[in-house]
Amino acid sequence: MSHAIETSGLVKRFRATRALDGVDLRIRQGSVYGLLGPNGAGKTTTIRILATLLRPDAGTATVLGHDVVRDARVVRQKVSLTGQYASVDEDLTGHENLVLVGRLLGLPWRSARQRAAEALEAFGLVEAAGRQVQTYSGGMRRRIDIAASLVSVPEILFLDEPTTGLDPRGRTQVWELVRRIAAEGTTVLLTTQYLDEADRLAERLAVVDHGRVIAEGTSRELKASVGANALHVRLANADQRALAQEIVERVLGDGVLPVTEPMEVAARLKTSAQAAAVLTALTASGVDVAQFAVGNPSLDEVFLALTGKPAEGATDEARS
Amino acid sequence: MTGDALPTGARTHELLAIRARPTPASALSAVTTLAWRALLKIKHVPFQLFDVTVTPIMFTLLFTYIFGGALAGTPREYVQYLLPGVLVQTIVFITVYTGVGLNTDIHKGLYDRFRSLPMWQPAPLFGALAGDVFRYSFASGLIILMGLILGFRPGGGAVGVLLALLLVLTFAFALSWLWIIVGMLVRTPESVMTTSFIFLMPLTFASDIFVDLSTMPGWLQAVVGRNPVTYLASASRGLMHGRAAGADVAWVLAASAVILLVASPIAMRMYRRER
Repeated sequence: MSHAIETSGLVKRFRATRALDGVDLRIRQGSVYGLLGPNGAGKTTTIRILATLLRPDAGTATVLGHDVVRDARVVRQKVSLTGQYASVDEDLTGHENLVLVGRLLGLPWRSARQRAAEALEAFGLVEAAGRQVQTYSGGMRRRIDIAASLVSVPEILFLDEPTTGLDPRGRTQVWELVRRIAAEGTTVLLTTQYLDEADRLAERLAVVDHGRVIAEGTSRELKASVGANALHVRLANADQRALAQEIVERVLGDGVLPVTEPMEVAARLKTSAQAAAVLTALTASGVDVAQFAVGNPSLDEVFLALTGKPAEGATDEARS
Repeated sequence: MTGDALPTGARTHELLAIRARPTPASALSAVTTLAWRALLKIKHVPFQLFDVTVTPIMFTLLFTYIFGGALAGTPREYVQYLLPGVLVQTIVFITVYTGVGLNTDIHKGLYDRFRSLPMWQPAPLFGALAGDVFRYSFASGLIILMGLILGFRPGGGAVGVLLALLLVLTFAFALSWLWIIVGMLVRTPESVMTTSFIFLMPLTFASDIFVDLSTMPGWLQAVVGRNPVTYLASASRGLMHGRAAGADVAWVLAASAVILLVASPIAMRMYRRER
């Protein structure tokens, strides 16, 4: 089967830091793929290598069969990148920005203007078309930024943290756009720090930490590895934590998840009946429970489960 | 809020469909398009032209009327000497904006987009330089007009003035490459300004823009006499007033060539290098 994106053993160093430490990815054509991980994990570095902005120190990466170093120009002809920072000119209007990109892609003036107008329409920015981008709201900015990547719709679209800093409405709109883009056949590779975002959009995802892929699969598979349901017990009294942990272990057998909070105990559940049993046992032993919740594991918990340590906000993503 | 909602319906379908991309823009068309962008920025943020207009007018007026009498007998007399120099100073100062603009684009992430497009990679640099022609012409036109009002009468006529302008522009383009390097080295647009002016202040003030070389002490003459800006100012005065300026012109062209030959390969190398 042909892959839209394939990397093998990608390594990238920034001075002393190993930003990427052997990244292997295989991304099917026409899918939405998520790179999930904390700040500094290597998500942005991966995307920048794939978009030909960085050269890997070791390993190879191909995009639609073209090597990103040797055939950089061919790759650029097939991909679009919307970076983490607004990659449009804020002094220019939305329309002018799109015409600019269209022209640079090689469209004649007339087609560039027409395509710009069409993209503005598809992105619901017709009324803002004549305003400078600096007057746009956060959500509109993101949309014009993504629109600039679609002036000529690419086979592959890279989106680096497309919803970071957006309000809920802005996020929902970007999600909807990504779905529509993917539905027309563009392969989308996006990075995110949010499990629920990866969950909603990506068919498959790779969890990245310290420059390595530490888990790969569908979000269902990943969550199953942590337990579909996680139990969170918040204690009123930190002294009772050891006791509470012991009781949870006794009732559940295994599945206690490491946590960083001194007042919390977390565990993976197999059935919801187990939750009731834990609560009964805790109360019977006189443990003062402040909060008791059953829910999806958070990214933190996926991380804890996969790495055994919390997702730290390591060094800033590579932009030096 | 109106205009802030995604449209629904079948139209978006075809708008988002993958289509064959056009043949990438030629180097020339990429550069012209990016020069167009530079002009649009001036149109949207006319305040950018403040430095290009108000500062030179202020300098000309201040120097002509405050020092003119003392330095040359009358302000009208002095403006004949001063004006070509003020033009040189103004243009040399605004070359810094090439570096400032580049730095801003890099840090805003715009260069990531440019570099991910299938175009001739250095096009943004040349586009910015091409856009600068407007800035330079605008400032030059204004200063000459200002001079004419104050009584500046170039003996070399329109041809002399144009030749002087060409020479100043040549030097400006060479010098811009230095600020392009600075623009890629430092962190913020503000530090591009400060770094550049560390060089530009002595370069323009330790020159014969304001006073004749012969009025300075010998040791200073030795320094000022070797400043390329002195050659440029002398050459411009010579050309504008229709006097022989061959040697000065040759010096300026040589200096420009040296700066260009040293700085532009370094700048291009740095530019192609990843960030």
